[in-house]
Amino acid sequence: MEKNGKGTKAGWGRFLAGKCVRGGLLLFLVSAVAFWLVSVSPLDPLTANVGQTAMGSMSQEQIEKLEIYWGVGEPPVKRFLAWVGDFFRGDMGMSLLYRQPVARVIQVRLKNSLWLMATAWVISGVAGFGLGILAGTKKDSVADRLVCAYALVTASTPSFWLALVFLMVFAVWLGWLPVGLSVPIGMEDAGVTLADRIRHGILPALTLSVTGISNIALHTREKMIQVMESDYVLFAWARGEGSRRIVFQHGVRNILLPALTLQFGSVSEIFGGSILVEEVFSYPGLGQAAVNAGLGSDVPLLLGITVISAVIVFSGNLTADILYEVVDPRLRRERRGM
Amino acid sequence: MERDRGRIWNRRLFLLYMAGFSLLLLAGITFSGAIQADAALITDFSRKNLAPSLRYPFGTDWMGRDMFVRTLAGLSLSIRIGLLTAGVSSVIAFGLGIAAALGRYADGVIGCIIDVVMGIPHMLLLVLISFAMGKGFWGVVAGISLTHWTSLARLLRAEALQIRESQYVKIAGKLGKGPFYIALRHIMPHLLPQLLVGVVLMFPHAILHEAGITFLGFGLPPEQPAIGVILSESMSYLSMGKWWLALFPGLLLVLVVLMFHVIGNAAGSVLDPGQAQL
Amino acid sequence: MKSNEYKGAPLLEVRNLSISFTRYEGLWRQRKQCLVRDLSLEVKEGEMVAVVGSSGSGKSLLAHGVMGLLPYNASWDGEIYYKGELLTEKRLRKLRGREMVFVPQSVSYLDPLMRVGEQVRKGARSEKSREQCQQVLKRYGLGKETETLYPFELSGGMTRRILIATAVQEHPGLVIADEPTPGLHLEAAKRVLSHFREIADDGAGVLLITHDLELAVQVADRIVVFYAGTNLEEAWAADFTDEKKLRHPYTKALYRAMPQNGFKAVSGFQPYEKEFGEGCVFAPRCEACEARCHEPVYCRKLRGGMVRCWKGEEEGDVCEIREKGRGQGGDLWEKGEDNETKMNQARVDNFLI
Repeated sequence: MEKNGKGTKAGWGRFLAGKCVRGGLLLFLVSAVAFWLVSVSPLDPLTANVGQTAMGSMSQEQIEKLEIYWGVGEPPVKRFLAWVGDFFRGDMGMSLLYRQPVARVIQVRLKNSLWLMATAWVISGVAGFGLGILAGTKKDSVADRLVCAYALVTASTPSFWLALVFLMVFAVWLGWLPVGLSVPIGMEDAGVTLADRIRHGILPALTLSVTGISNIALHTREKMIQVMESDYVLFAWARGEGSRRIVFQHGVRNILLPALTLQFGSVSEIFGGSILVEEVFSYPGLGQAAVNAGLGSDVPLLLGITVISAVIVFSGNLTADILYEVVDPRLRRERRGM
Repeated sequence: MERDRGRIWNRRLFLLYMAGFSLLLLAGITFSGAIQADAALITDFSRKNLAPSLRYPFGTDWMGRDMFVRTLAGLSLSIRIGLLTAGVSSVIAFGLGIAAALGRYADGVIGCIIDVVMGIPHMLLLVLISFAMGKGFWGVVAGISLTHWTSLARLLRAEALQIRESQYVKIAGKLGKGPFYIALRHIMPHLLPQLLVGVVLMFPHAILHEAGITFLGFGLPPEQPAIGVILSESMSYLSMGKWWLALFPGLLLVLVVLMFHVIGNAAGSVLDPGQAQL
Repeated sequence: MKSNEYKGAPLLEVRNLSISFTRYEGLWRQRKQCLVRDLSLEVKEGEMVAVVGSSGSGKSLLAHGVMGLLPYNASWDGEIYYKGELLTEKRLRKLRGREMVFVPQSVSYLDPLMRVGEQVRKGARSEKSREQCQQVLKRYGLGKETETLYPFELSGGMTRRILIATAVQEHPGLVIADEPTPGLHLEAAKRVLSHFREIADDGAGVLLITHDLELAVQVADRIVVFYAGTNLEEAWAADFTDEKKLRHPYTKALYRAMPQNGFKAVSGFQPYEKEFGEGCVFAPRCEACEARCHEPVYCRKLRGGMVRCWKGEEEGDVCEIREKGRGQGGDLWEKGEDNETKMNQARVDNFLI
């Protein structure tokens, strides 16, 4: 580790600058890879969207016009550079499917998705952490066995199937909650109440939470077992400290940070899960837009969503890194150049 | 004062029995499904939309296809794709993990590749790769093979670096052994248990992602009796009360994935030297 | 000295303690390893007893066993008396950390993310406990600023002093110290041991577990020589001035191995748990080994000490512990099939360290 010596501020500046440069480079690479992937695709946006029969009936002139619209025929590197240039000017291109600027589509969809993902992220994080502590404190107890079994089963359950089951039970069978869509069909945006949004968001959020718990619970359990078997907990027992103090003072203190890191790192997973769950519940979020863009060969939208999601994932990881720097005394004092 | 813990519950033996049982069941599903792949496509409109019964334990769909046979065929396909992709993925992970331990430069490049692959949400990357491959069977296989190696590669790399720093490897270096010789003779043997456990634990992910991507419409084509296709089709019939179309195939999928987890855990508990204690 | 109700009985008495572990061997077979067997010793008030043995002899387990801190896959047998009363799990819970304190060996016994002050005070926040904490740190030459440090910022010597401080602030009756000196240079090690001497001089019993015979002889009152999981001899520290005063061939060999006495090492190695036979554990390395040494050997009183050797029979009377105990062997002690299996030396060794 390098020594900064010049006090905390300079150290922080350098730390953040380094992270941001790395992040920028990562984003550039991610978009380059994504661009390369969509440009080698044999899927012809014309056939996908206009249809084979419609194209047969079109004149050459019309087809050429469409080809320019869908960007067929230009060399990929040139198109990539042009795309990057536009991106920096804030222009992410036009979504071919929604016939709106990509930025606008993403903005609307992201807002819907963020609610869903944040809820699931918090619920699964808190519940998973609690269950992990419960299980890890008393290894091999009944509670531990139950938590492990739960984690194993949910880890084996595809989120979209669970979504289907929830839909069958709560919406179709019991009729408590609506079948889909984040807002009632045919309603103006302004007419949608918060209650409506919540009602439509419950099942998707529940599905994502239930399947998201497994990872964090097992990880916390593992760490908790390590702590309980550590020398310092042995010494705490030897000094007559009570089990409550051992779990909450020594245990939580030592496993909170790794758990937070894991949870911030799991943003990518929740995002992936939301793609599937949104599809089942026809929830108009970013994930559903990604699926539509992929199926409909809407390249600009697909690229836009990829970059945005990479930004979200990177922010999650960055937050975890910063947390470590701020909270962990070992890193904190190193930064001060001790 | 006395306490005898002579016979502690032998968790390992229990896990091994469970794993053996799972392995048999999985093999059974794989073979029977493969044999019945053609039967899964038979349509018979005289028996359409039947609820589960003794004759058709999983019911039939709107084209009179036996859902039990379809599910078996779909799971068999999933398991075979899982085997293929997990195999490819672990080869990539192993190669890159070892290569990263060879030198600082290689380590940097490989670290960068891992960051990029992990920087895009997994499902989205699968969509992108499948899109690049023109969807279909190869889209799924390429997508899953190219995205599942990252965490295992990281694990192997960390392990390899640790071994490289150990005294006996340093001595081998001083004795004039080349880096490739060291990687092959000294580092690789220690990584094999990790690799084995990693591969087994990769199956569940591979199978779930295959089902997911197919469910979204980027994977196997609709004419295949894939589990993702079955569940995706069932969506249209949910509100009509045909619950069996989604419930049973999904349950069986959960069971299959669960059994892979059981095998992986057993392998981990037996092979991981860190778990020598009870 | 706090109370005299238990007059006559020693402060701590360990009788026929055996500790064994159930562990995996190979892929799934379980096996019981007996790492401490038939161990007896006693500590009186104001007395410092050193248990000396090479690494891998099971010394640390003794400390954990007395404190009731053995892991859940451990089995044990034998009796431990504190102030003449049997030490039950319930009683231990009351005494642990107050009457009986444990001084561990390294910084890993401190919570890495908790400041030293809070750890010494066990989280208490009152003015009184703060003052007490500062006083006790001061006693060992540690300033006020030590309280705000994290364990990773401590040096080896500071760590030992803090660990002693945690023990002393409770005004304990018995201190069990597990290897308090390794990693320190000679002067620092001597200083640390002198702290324990002070504690004993103040009236508490001190059980010092160490591998450093030379240092132990300098500070302790009595020495218990520990080998392959059991006590081979109990001698006065003063006995180590003359080889003739020592009782067991192993102790004599240790004596000769000390730098000032010729520096002669004993040949061979300490046997691993699976190699222990029925008879004397030292027999394979003993120069005076006879046929009867391969039969069970019991403790005997000899010249104010104790020895576990046949040779003692000619000179001393039979130790009373022999009558009380079950002797060696017994159900706890596994033999037979285990000797057939190939031993896994590295694992046993690792575990003991």
